[in-house]
Amino acid sequence: MVKSRARLIAGTAAALSAALVMTGCGSKSSDGDTAAGSSGSSCVDTSGDTVKLGFLNSMSGAMSISEKTVSDSLNLAAEQINDAGGILGKKIEPIQEDGASEPTVFAEKAEKLIQSDCVAAVFGGWTSSSRVAMRPVFKSLNNILFYPVQYEGLEADHNIFYTGATTNQQIIPALDFLRTEKKIKSIFLAGSDYVFPRTANKIIKQYCEEYGIKVVGEEYQPLDQGAWGTAVDKIVSTKPDVVFNTINGDSNVAFLQAYDDKGLNSSNAPIVSVSIAEEEAAAIPVDLTGQMTSWNYYQTVESPENAAFVKAFKAKFGEKRVTSDPMEAAYTSMFLYKAMVEKAGSFDTEKVIGAADGITYAAPEGKVTVNGENHHIAKTNLIGQVQPDKLIKTIFSSDGPIEPDPFLKTYSWWDPSKE
Amino acid sequence: MNARVMAFKAYFPLIGIAILALFLLVIAPGALSSFRLNNLGKYCCYAIAGVGIGLAWGRGGMLVLGQGLFFGLGAYAMGMHLKLEAAGPDAVPDFMMNFGSGVLPAWWAPFRSGAFTIAAIVVIPALVALVLGLAVFKRRIKGAYFAILSQALTVAFGALLVSQIKYTGGQTGLNSLSTFFGYNLYDPVNKKMIYMITAVILIVMLLITFQLYRSRFGEVLIATRDQEERVRFLGYDPANIKVVAFVIAAIMASIGGAMFVPMAGLINPREVSALASIMLIAGVALGGRATLLGPAIGALVVGYGRTSLSEAYPDQWTYFLGAMFIIVILFIPNGLTSVIPKAWQALNRRRTDIKEVEAV
Amino acid sequence: MDVVISQTFTGASYGATLLLVALGLTLTFGQMGVINMAHGEFLMAGAYSAYMTQQLITNADISIIFALPFAFIVAGLLGLLLEVLVISRMYHRTLDTLLVTFGVSLVLQQAAKDIFGAQAKAVKAPSWLHGQIPIFGYRYPLTQLFILVLSIACVIGLTSLLKYTGFGRQIRATVQNRDLAETVGVSTRSIDRLTFFIGSGLAGVAGVAVTLITATESTMGQEYIIWAFLVVVAGGIGQIKGAVIAAFALGITRAFLTYWTDGSMAVVLTFLLVVVFLQVRPQGLFATRTRSLA
Repeated sequence: MVKSRARLIAGTAAALSAALVMTGCGSKSSDGDTAAGSSGSSCVDTSGDTVKLGFLNSMSGAMSISEKTVSDSLNLAAEQINDAGGILGKKIEPIQEDGASEPTVFAEKAEKLIQSDCVAAVFGGWTSSSRVAMRPVFKSLNNILFYPVQYEGLEADHNIFYTGATTNQQIIPALDFLRTEKKIKSIFLAGSDYVFPRTANKIIKQYCEEYGIKVVGEEYQPLDQGAWGTAVDKIVSTKPDVVFNTINGDSNVAFLQAYDDKGLNSSNAPIVSVSIAEEEAAAIPVDLTGQMTSWNYYQTVESPENAAFVKAFKAKFGEKRVTSDPMEAAYTSMFLYKAMVEKAGSFDTEKVIGAADGITYAAPEGKVTVNGENHHIAKTNLIGQVQPDKLIKTIFSSDGPIEPDPFLKTYSWWDPSKE
Repeated sequence: MNARVMAFKAYFPLIGIAILALFLLVIAPGALSSFRLNNLGKYCCYAIAGVGIGLAWGRGGMLVLGQGLFFGLGAYAMGMHLKLEAAGPDAVPDFMMNFGSGVLPAWWAPFRSGAFTIAAIVVIPALVALVLGLAVFKRRIKGAYFAILSQALTVAFGALLVSQIKYTGGQTGLNSLSTFFGYNLYDPVNKKMIYMITAVILIVMLLITFQLYRSRFGEVLIATRDQEERVRFLGYDPANIKVVAFVIAAIMASIGGAMFVPMAGLINPREVSALASIMLIAGVALGGRATLLGPAIGALVVGYGRTSLSEAYPDQWTYFLGAMFIIVILFIPNGLTSVIPKAWQALNRRRTDIKEVEAV
Repeated sequence: MDVVISQTFTGASYGATLLLVALGLTLTFGQMGVINMAHGEFLMAGAYSAYMTQQLITNADISIIFALPFAFIVAGLLGLLLEVLVISRMYHRTLDTLLVTFGVSLVLQQAAKDIFGAQAKAVKAPSWLHGQIPIFGYRYPLTQLFILVLSIACVIGLTSLLKYTGFGRQIRATVQNRDLAETVGVSTRSIDRLTFFIGSGLAGVAGVAVTLITATESTMGQEYIIWAFLVVVAGGIGQIKGAVIAAFALGITRAFLTYWTDGSMAVVLTFLLVVVFLQVRPQGLFATRTRSLA
């Protein structure tokens, strides 16, 4: 009895391995980098009067707090474009997917949007983790991602357009401002524990070494844990001229509450933040008046384009809602895409990418221009100051749009291989 | 007659496995698109981990709430190998250039070898589970204590991965993988091959578990779950029994994690979180924790359900997920597969009734 | 020396918060054997209650005084509802309560997002909590002191409730021997409900306190839930004094480890220390015999 059972199992296993061997004739690539474009035969169908575009944002999980706003402004842009006749006369049919705050889900949903829904392009992603998770998908299926958030740079992908700032449009201008205008001698670095703050701080440390600014502390907390008390104690005892804050999104609430609790404020310990926008500022219940930020857009930017954008956004989503940099970058990205497609006269990925160079758009933040080489956009840096009503006002701005330099090639002090 | 029926019934699970194998190895590859097949492959990875959970929890009574730890160990072992493959023979992974010294740490180096990696996927989680199991079960820590402890360990492991960005890639994890033992990850033919390997592993794990359940070990394991003291009086050490089950479950979770990486194209600490661990449990609970096939089928259903619900209702789908937990645990605690034998029994009873009537 | 004082105080502040969150769990988990993963969402409900109170009573100086009892009742009622609809059907299945309440926590998170929006809400702290008082040369924030005082008040309140009132005696009787308690006329069903109401209500109180130190949003409970369970387990299940010691020990350990290493490693090492500690004392600091946890 026992014997026959064993034989039965052995037989099944043998049959299974035979099946395995039969299917196991995969194509081995010798060098590993041959583009797998074979699977990327596009199924985009624009023969009708619509074009499908994917919106991929975290609607659930920890990041939904930030990413829902991006989805909102993407929908606004699509609606406005459709009202004005669409792209090449075709109405945008948005397909929303939930990235669920998990990079693997982002990768999976990106693949779904491209392969099952046959979208012409995808807009979304927020965390660096989500972007790098999607990158190989867009490469292998040859589709386009518009990524709307400021990030750590050191990247230029053929299939991605980065409409948020790279470091030389946000971090470095902020440092230049602190050095030349505020004449700082010491700096304290506080960040969430992930790739953007770690990279930003690496850049900041090399900058500070070059210009003789002393880094008196560097503290990180995990994204989902907000125990900032100890870090703030260190700020109290080291008394830096400025705190450079790369803490992500709503983790800032816990940080700034601890900051305020321990008697720190904009006059005795000024902060420059690169992830606190209008949304986050409104959620922070302590007085932030006078604290600084570095972005490329604020709701208070004075221009007819921005007035129209803010008005339309509030009309659609409510008077209490605010507009922020990532939302504006997402909104702008869709108009840039429209201009690229119209210049190319086609929705074909390669043709659209080929048409990208030099595309300009009068965005709410001001005029932006696409750099066809590194796929970032030239944009103006604005140093802002938080007002008592939690809106942010520009106090200093760069001389016009800054050309994107994601790899910091034009900065002699930058050495990427230095630890 | 009766004995023969009994003997025949004992093979029922094998028929189930055969049907599942037919579905996974023949029907699905023919019917599904490359993308959907890849998704199914990921569910298979959860199912492999689920089979182990079924053994430890369903048969052994240990609520292994921290299987994400072992899933992560296997996944990171595989991820390290693939990352080194992507970097090339003499280069180091990109994140080590950005955040580290640019020199490959000594403990990374062996993962260049495929054979070492495969061995590590089995041996490392087994050792960790062995040490942990001995520590916990010898001290007779059980029930809720064990569940919370294993969850805390998973969270600690996730935080460790985040903090050691120089060695692990931090929050972003190991990504931008390009090949799987030399095979391009994004070639549809290779994707199918990776899927088939995963599906075959799942079937093999089911067969191994089938055998385990029929062995003396399987019987003592259930006895330990139900009456630990009596098992002790009979001269067995329940701790040893539990440790063995725990180690097997850990290895299965690790293998599931390892195969997850080539299909997802990356691995990061999110897959090691408390949430990910509970999701592994969810499939097992849905399918039927104490049955052989239940955990595997449950994991496949939960995986499929998550995908399709979030596609249909990107804004609201967590309601369904939450409701599933509540309804299943509350109303069908023995899982979906428990419904089938019950229905079968009911059917059988009616049939024998009819026969008896005829005989009269 | 400065470091020792500052980190002891900062750690005590974490500890006080953990204690507030864990206190309700010592009742529902410790006394009743229910692993309520939705406890963190009851905390979140308490925080949103504070937000709603502030919408009605816009003066932050007094709104917190109304928010505390309101949050207690809101979270308590949610707990009662959970007990009646779900938990009461599964008292003999401890481990299953974990999974079912995890489902509940998902539903509550999504509900909060739909009701209040995905964006975090700002709950203003009262102006009388603005500032610090110097103790041993350390400027101790008043908000932290408030949380400390609140947690100690809750501990004293709960202890005296259990010790000196008839209701408390009934709870203890039910925990120690359910059948016997029923025999002498204790309605164990209503005792269960009341215990759950109070335990969940305490999470609501903790939620109000937490608005002083972190963002009010739908996933806020997740940050605390595992820490709180560790406090209860390390303290000895059902032991209030054990929970007090464990909470402060965990908080202070974490603060010092954060000082010496970094935020992520502090989490890793603190958790590992708890695991090692449970090796030495598998029953926690103070052992007790309770039903259904063996």
